[in-house]
Amino acid sequence: MPHSQTSAHNQRLSRWLWQAPSLLAALLVLLPLSVIFFSWSSNETEIWQHLIETQLGRLLQNTFLLLVGVGVWSMLLGVSLAWLIALCEFPGRRLLDWALMLPLAIPTYVVAFVALGLLSYSGPVQSLMREWFGNDVWFPDIRGPAGVVFVMTTVLYPYVYMLARSAFLAQGRGLMDASRLLGQGPWKSFFKVALPMARPAIAAGVALALMETLADFGAVSVFNFDTFTTAIYKSWFGLFNITAAAQLASLLLLFVAVALYAEQGARGKGRLHQAQRRDDGERYILRGPLAWLASGYCAGVVLIAFIVPVSQLLLWAWESHATEMNSRYWQLIVRTFSLGGIAAVCALLLALLVAYNQRLQHRRQPNLLERTASLGYALPGSVLAVGIMLAFAQLDRHLINPLQALLGQAPSQVLVGSLLALILAYVVRFFSVAFGPIHSSFERIKPSFQEAAQTLGSNRWQVLKRIYLPLLTPGLLTALLLVFVDTMKEMPATLLLRPFGWDTLAVRIYEMTSEGEWERAALPALTLILISIPPVVILIRRSRNG
Amino acid sequence: MIRSHSRLLKSSLAALTAASTLLLAACGSDSSAPATEMTDAKPTITVYTSRNEHLVKPLFDQYTKETGSEIRYITDKAGALIQRLKAEGATTPADMLITVDVGNLWQAANEGLFRSIDSTVLDTNIPAELQSSNNEWFGLSVRARTIVYSTERVKPEDLSTYEALAEPQWQGRLCLRTSKKVYNQSLVATMINSQGEAATEETVKGWVNNLATAPFSNDTKAMEAVLAGQCDATIVNTYYFGRVLKKNPETKLALFWPNQSDRGVHINVSGAGITQHAKQPEAAQALLEWLSSPTAQAQLAQSNQEYPANPLVKPSAEVAAWGDFKADAINVEAAGSQQTAAVRLMDRAQYH
Repeated sequence: MPHSQTSAHNQRLSRWLWQAPSLLAALLVLLPLSVIFFSWSSNETEIWQHLIETQLGRLLQNTFLLLVGVGVWSMLLGVSLAWLIALCEFPGRRLLDWALMLPLAIPTYVVAFVALGLLSYSGPVQSLMREWFGNDVWFPDIRGPAGVVFVMTTVLYPYVYMLARSAFLAQGRGLMDASRLLGQGPWKSFFKVALPMARPAIAAGVALALMETLADFGAVSVFNFDTFTTAIYKSWFGLFNITAAAQLASLLLLFVAVALYAEQGARGKGRLHQAQRRDDGERYILRGPLAWLASGYCAGVVLIAFIVPVSQLLLWAWESHATEMNSRYWQLIVRTFSLGGIAAVCALLLALLVAYNQRLQHRRQPNLLERTASLGYALPGSVLAVGIMLAFAQLDRHLINPLQALLGQAPSQVLVGSLLALILAYVVRFFSVAFGPIHSSFERIKPSFQEAAQTLGSNRWQVLKRIYLPLLTPGLLTALLLVFVDTMKEMPATLLLRPFGWDTLAVRIYEMTSEGEWERAALPALTLILISIPPVVILIRRSRNG
Repeated sequence: MIRSHSRLLKSSLAALTAASTLLLAACGSDSSAPATEMTDAKPTITVYTSRNEHLVKPLFDQYTKETGSEIRYITDKAGALIQRLKAEGATTPADMLITVDVGNLWQAANEGLFRSIDSTVLDTNIPAELQSSNNEWFGLSVRARTIVYSTERVKPEDLSTYEALAEPQWQGRLCLRTSKKVYNQSLVATMINSQGEAATEETVKGWVNNLATAPFSNDTKAMEAVLAGQCDATIVNTYYFGRVLKKNPETKLALFWPNQSDRGVHINVSGAGITQHAKQPEAAQALLEWLSSPTAQAQLAQSNQEYPANPLVKPSAEVAAWGDFKADAINVEAAGSQQTAAVRLMDRAQYH
């Protein structure tokens, strides 16, 4: 290895080469984004006027209520649960520890239709209450803001729980003890010491939950609860104006970009470091009623967020399994599984290369390219899917077709409707899901390791392979599994971009729910949850071991 | 700890890579399949459909069995498929688009996605009011959007027209599905056609005023609400009511045919057209003609409890039991052209 002879020229070249993955990731995201932002080249004043006059105010209010509600509740739920699990000892803690993560396996649109079935006026719960207490019994409207917030929170709190829990575990009890030795009460210690230390993790969890909320269309449309995404869909499907839809989507995107920027800025200032020390097993041991209260609280959340919806699905699946179960069913499972697998591997590799490049440049803050690449997660799935489809159609038309003509072939669709396009869509959508855990794993590795290895003559590949990969494994595994589960749950991009015959469980769920056949959607939904559980369990075990 | 993690990661990666390779191989053979069959006598027909797989697949399978022509298809929402056809332009692989509701069919035609076809078979099998005036799309099944009421709290003589549901005696007794569903958009579009925009807006405002609860996301939920006593009447497509009956023949809900003394019940179609840039237009036309034939019509209508579009075919016994009714004779196409106006009108009336 002629390292000593490496010229400045070569170094510059290699720096550019390492920049390539970030560039690729950003370009991939920019492809659909540019289609969306390009919409402003035409003037849709008239539609805008109609939207502003008839509904934009209501939609913004609904969206705001939903964001605040889901933000506050998932934070309260996630942080309190994480604190109990990470720092207290009570009956059933070990079991509840991973059971609390299980709702992550349930797609939001599935929880929505189960909740509607159970809790609407005609559902069993309200019917029973009317039977017991008469027709005038009050029950909150499950389709109103409170109901929608409740349902979304039950699926989204695990994001906060997962990240806050790791943060509290890493803090251990020592910090709290120190604070209390210095004369602070337990509550004050919690709010002044433990909580601020965990703030970056909590903020990241809440941000994920809010991005999911903002991008959600499936769940809110089951409730017919109109949000900003509804306006996008209305312009597209109702008023047949995809330009106005894209303009609305670009505003949503702008909002998310500003919010993300602000959040990262706030986090940057409060950068805290702590010794990598663990106080495993040293928990506050709760006794008596307090212990049972803690168990009851955690178990109650698991019951409401996981056991009840899954039981309802089981019941429905049992009623309909005869019509739904057939040989093609296995094909659905295999396809779902493999799409998840391919997308997870691709997103993982790209995110790893981008994060490594960031590390090589000794940057802590993501640059513009990496920020751009992370935007895919915040877009409503259908908007992203259409953006990608339009972009690929343009590529087909202006790049591939002329090439085909040059080679004397008939023009055809190469990208649109190909497996490649679908996988790229997944990667665009879930890049930030993969990037997050990998990036934070990098943060924990001291730069001195790399410098030492390089001093000892290793090149960048060798450093990546020998130093980073082993240390990054937990983060990589998290990234892999999260993207895997998210891809399997993904619906709109799969619907629009899948190649012929590539139906997945999510596609089947869509087909049934779009016709209001909830019972028949239960079997694919249940299957999807079941195959998502093992990855989720691995995720938890991994974070338990640290 | 790190060792066990890396083993886990390695084995996950290995499993996923193995699965991917298998799939890529499978997909490679998938994409080469149509190419080899091009040289065959029987071409593969490509269909984009917003009708669900369990409705179209049995028909396609039977067609393949009868003729040897393979059919490949993809399902999605109508709006997304129309957008895809538009984006793909001349290179689209799709030969046929099957979708529900004239709103969607009209939109696809308006975007220039269909080709006009000259077929005496289709013209004999499908009545003129159920196809586009320039032969771009053809209705394949008919559904009526009608009133369903609670037999416990409503007497049929209390009901008369869609418009009457806007009257004050229905205050707090009406349930509706969301205006975002194309079925309601087409219903209101035909009302605009017959009543004019101002009168229709009054009616829709009256409906909104009479709502017992916010509009539902689907017809089934609206009927469940009527059954549970949240409201007394709603407007749904007939086949959703058919599903309720199938589950519980004793249900305390009943159908009512409104506007029998004037224009008749609003009907709509599911239908299909051959794409402008079809690669196999003749084969696709043969399929479309077959879909309008009595055998296919009976099966198509029966599988979703709809009315056959072909007047020679009788509806199933269950559907026939709902009785005869006078249908709005206006060409369904008219609903499509007024759809945007209908959406705006419902927005103004705060019908969400």
